[in-house]
Amino acid sequence: MSPSDANPDRALHAHGDSHGHGSKQSYLVGFALSAVLTAIPFWLVMADVLKNPTLTAVAVIALAVAQILVHTICFLHVNTQSEGGWTLVAYVFTGVILLITIAGSLWIMYHLNSNMMPGSMTGRTSYTP
Amino acid sequence: MASTTPDPTFHLVEEDDHHGGGGSPTILGFWIYLMSDALIFAALFATFGVLSTSYAGGPTPREIFELPLVALNTAILLISSITYGFAMLAMERGRVRITQLWLLVTGLLGASFVGVELYEFGALIAEGATPQRSGFLSGFFTLVGTHGLHVTVGIVWITVMIVQVGMRGLILENKRRLLCLSMFWHFLDVVWIGVFTFVYLLGMLR
Repeated sequence: MSPSDANPDRALHAHGDSHGHGSKQSYLVGFALSAVLTAIPFWLVMADVLKNPTLTAVAVIALAVAQILVHTICFLHVNTQSEGGWTLVAYVFTGVILLITIAGSLWIMYHLNSNMMPGSMTGRTSYTP
Repeated sequence: MASTTPDPTFHLVEEDDHHGGGGSPTILGFWIYLMSDALIFAALFATFGVLSTSYAGGPTPREIFELPLVALNTAILLISSITYGFAMLAMERGRVRITQLWLLVTGLLGASFVGVELYEFGALIAEGATPQRSGFLSGFFTLVGTHGLHVTVGIVWITVMIVQVGMRGLILENKRRLLCLSMFWHFLDVVWIGVFTFVYLLGMLR
């Protein structure tokens, strides 16, 4: 039980405070930005606008990163003030671990696969599955 | 000895820093849980990424994915994010009925998201694109299915909160729960950004 539970004045105080919940404006701005940042990548892929798969992939990933940041700021309200900055610290830490996990797995497994390809081996006769 | 301090406090008093949760550590604790949940998804994304070209002679993303359906689901989830935001705004104004109404709309949108996803899974399995068919499909069903399971749990939680707000009103405990649920719901939308980008859109480019 937190000490504020017994104190109705504190509840009243927290009631008028928009901190941690966000304002109507932040939700609407977040929604508008997200809608645009969702529509563009679908358009790029479905209409094949750029005619270049690599360029399209880079653009789609960049837009996804932008939209994740918009959601984090406008919907999840992560900022330097919330919970004394600890939500931001946890968020950044998780982001680092996430990148290491995903990029590291892809990197290692890609090299494992290319080194294990039967075609790339010199002594192919020794490879008997 | 103890009488020198009539009301001893054995914890750090910093109530003014915790407006969002009404002085409760629950909000930060729940945030830590969400971050650990993000690591589960990181592992599933990594697994899918490694297996994403292991077709085993089976269907490729281009052959089985229907982007209009994915776009529809993305729109549903994004709209449900803002309707939950409206529920939070109504909660701040102390409007019980309006909060419940927006929660109901959010829950129904979540249910239609899961419905469309189950329809997609059903169509894939009917075509023979089952999780057992290839590594790519195993990774796909595990990643997208785990997200769908989270959304389903979110719908159950929304239902519980509609009932609790109806029974007890917008008391401090319910506000705290609604704030946690808000983070959970928006977090699922963030994960979905990763899913539609890396699984569907990049899958179509492969």
